[in-house]
Amino acid sequence: MGRDTRLPRARARGLGSAHGGTHHWWAERVSAIALVPLTIWLLVGLIIHLSGDYNEVVGWLASPVTSLLIILLLIAAFHHVALGLQVIVEDYNHGESKYLMILLLRFGCYAAAASGILAELKIVFAT
Amino acid sequence: MSNPSDKRRRESIGAADDLERWFGGDFVPTETFRPIAPNIQVYRPQLTSVLSIANRVTGVALGLGALGLVAWLIAAASGPHLFLIAQNIVFSWPGEIFLIGLTFAFFLHFLGGVRHLVWDTVRGFELRSIYASGWAVVITSIILTAATWVFALRGG
Repeated sequence: MGRDTRLPRARARGLGSAHGGTHHWWAERVSAIALVPLTIWLLVGLIIHLSGDYNEVVGWLASPVTSLLIILLLIAAFHHVALGLQVIVEDYNHGESKYLMILLLRFGCYAAAASGILAELKIVFAT
Repeated sequence: MSNPSDKRRRESIGAADDLERWFGGDFVPTETFRPIAPNIQVYRPQLTSVLSIANRVTGVALGLGALGLVAWLIAAASGPHLFLIAQNIVFSWPGEIFLIGLTFAFFLHFLGGVRHLVWDTVRGFELRSIYASGWAVVITSIILTAATWVFALRGG
């Protein structure tokens, strides 16, 4: 790529002129890489178990490996969704309401992730 | 220094706020405003732009799918009765059509995301590779969606 014109200290800190873009970009990549194995595992698990009856599905969801991976998946997925939706809002909404929208979608994503984790824990501890 | 037609022109390029911020109220266009590229409504669709848009659309769809997963988990946590209602929705024909669409969206976003991760390593930027990887994403997504549902329906 082109010559890096930044001073060594600026390059070491890894921040561009926006001062925060690299963190957003990096977090999106980290969550994406985490989601590669997690979503493939979920897809295979759902193919095997989704058509089962209540006891089979709950038994699968309550197992230690499933509960751990489901919780990790919910965290990574909703973090990734929040980051992605934020970019969409930033691309199309240049007004003041942008900040409110980003705030609300982030709250929504955290609430959804927490609800899913709570439901999963309830299955684990009730079974 | 602004008359209504200036204001309309400023709004027409969709960056009125930025111009206002940078130039105050005194911004006077000295040349004819040109549309800002890419001017999507007169653009001939290309694989590159279509996949870029598809990556966003499928991302939003998968966000909704993740909400569906949470709702399904809550139903499973609430006992056999609510779980049965959830399963009836999942296995109704609108539910299955949604899931088939979501499976395709998943593979397109997943493989498109892997393509982006490869680009992040500064590889595959030649026009020829961009088209090759683009078509590979589309074709592989179709094949994997079909394979998923063959397995799912045979298993269930």
